[in-house]
Amino acid sequence: MLFKYGYVLAFLVAGVFFILFAFLTNWIISPNGLLGQKFHENRSVDTYECGVDTIGTAWVRFNVSFYLYALLFVLFDVETVFLYPWAVSFRKLGLVGFSEMIVFIGILLVGLAYAWKKGVLKWE
Amino acid sequence: MSGSLKLLKLINVILEHVYKFLGLTNPIPEVINAFITAAISFAVISVFVMFLVWMERKVSAHMQSRIGPNRVGPFGLLQTLADAIKLTTKENMEPQKRDKIPYFIAPIIAFVATFMGVVVIPLDKGVTIQNLNIGVLYIIAITSFTVIGILTAGWSSNNKFSLIGGFRSAAQIISYEIPLVLSLVPVIMITGTLDLQKIVEYQAHAGYWFVGPQIIGFLVFLTASTAESNRAPFDIPEAESELTGGFHTEYSGIKFAMFFLGEYISIIIGSSVAVSVFLGGWIAPAFMNFLPVPGFFWFVIKVLLVIYLIMAFRWTFPRLRVDQLMDFGWKILIPIAILNIFLTGLWILWFSKGV
Repeated sequence: MLFKYGYVLAFLVAGVFFILFAFLTNWIISPNGLLGQKFHENRSVDTYECGVDTIGTAWVRFNVSFYLYALLFVLFDVETVFLYPWAVSFRKLGLVGFSEMIVFIGILLVGLAYAWKKGVLKWE
Repeated sequence: MSGSLKLLKLINVILEHVYKFLGLTNPIPEVINAFITAAISFAVISVFVMFLVWMERKVSAHMQSRIGPNRVGPFGLLQTLADAIKLTTKENMEPQKRDKIPYFIAPIIAFVATFMGVVVIPLDKGVTIQNLNIGVLYIIAITSFTVIGILTAGWSSNNKFSLIGGFRSAAQIISYEIPLVLSLVPVIMITGTLDLQKIVEYQAHAGYWFVGPQIIGFLVFLTASTAESNRAPFDIPEAESELTGGFHTEYSGIKFAMFFLGEYISIIIGSSVAVSVFLGGWIAPAFMNFLPVPGFFWFVIKVLLVIYLIMAFRWTFPRLRVDQLMDFGWKILIPIAILNIFLTGLWILWFSKGV
C-alpha cells in the first residue's frame, strides 16, 4: 500500500535528475560552458532593464495588498482542506452534515464579505 | 480491460523478462520499475509538449490568417525540436546580481512540481501510472507547488520586472487555487471518492458525464486552471507589453526551457483532470461506442480538444488588468463555486441519489 507512494518519490527524484542532466548537457555544449570558448562580456551579465543601468536592488519592500490576499488565501485554503473529507462522506453525514457545513461556509463568507467591505479586495 | 491499451502493463511484462534474464529478485525490480516508468513518462511528455507547442503555433496562425511554422519537417512539425536544440545549446546567461542558489533551484521546482502530477492521471480503464486513492487531492497539492518555483525565480533574479511578475503570479495562482478546488467538490460529493479512476468509472456506470449536471463546475474549473497555468487571458505575470517576460525575464537557454516545459505540463495536467472529472476520461462517446478503439485514444482526443479550447481562449479574450483579474477570482468565481456546492448538496439530499 505504502509503496504506491514510492512512485511519487521516484517521479520526484527522476524529475530532479532529468533537469540536472539537461543543465549538465547545456553546461558542456553551450558557448560559455566546458567545450565553448571562454569570453567574458561584462555587460551581458547585467540586470536587464531595457538597456538602462539599474538603480539599487529589486529586494525592496512591497505592496501590502499581496500579503492581504495571502492571508485570505490561507483562510480559504484551510476551508477547502476541511471540505474534501466532508465531501467524500457527504452521503453518510446526510442533512446534519450538510447544515453544519452551511454554517461553517456561512461564517467564512461573512468574513469574505467583511474583507470585501473593508476594501481588502480592492487593488490599488 | 479487453481492447484497451495496456502499454504500461506491457512495459512491466517486458521488464519482468529482463529482470528474470538478469537474475534479479523481486523487491528490487519494483523500485527500478518506478524509475523506468518515470523516464518513459518524461520522454513521452516531452514529445507531447513539443507537439503542443507546434499545435499552439499552428492554432495561433490559423486564427490570425497566417500559415505558421512550415519550414522544418512536414507541416513544420520538427520546428519545436529545432527550437529545443537551440535552447539547449544556447549560452547560459545569468545575471551577476542574482541570488545564486534560489536562482538555480527555481526552474527545478517549477518543473518537478508539475511533472509529479502525471502519476495519478487515469489513462485507460485500470491503467494509471500509479493509482492513489487520494488522486484529486494529490494532484491539486502537488501542482500548486509551482507557485514556490515562480516566486523563487522572481525574487532571486534581482530584477524589478521579475519581482513584480513573480508576486503577481503568486497572487494570481493562490487566488484561483480556491475556485479550482471548490469546483471539484460537487463531483466528490456525488461520487464519494477522491480516486480519479473511480470517478471515471462512476461516470461509465451512470451513463452520463459530469459536464452535464456540473456544467457550472466545469466552466469554473476550466477558467481557474487556465489561470493556474498562467495562460492568456490570465497571463498578467508575464505580460510582455508591461513586464518584458515577468518572472523569467532573467532566465535564458535551458533554464527558460524548463519553465516553458513546466507551463505546458501544467496545461496537460489541468486538461487531463478536467477530462477525467467532467468529460468522462477514457469513456467513448455513446454514439461511437461500437468503434473498436481503446479508451486511451478517447482520453487523448478529449485532452487535445480541451487544450485546443484553452489555446482558443488566448486569441478570443483580451488580457485582464491585474485588479480585474483579482476581482474576477474573488468576487465572481468563488461565490459561484460555493453556490454550486450548495445546490449540488440540496439536490443529492432531495433525491438521495446521484445527480
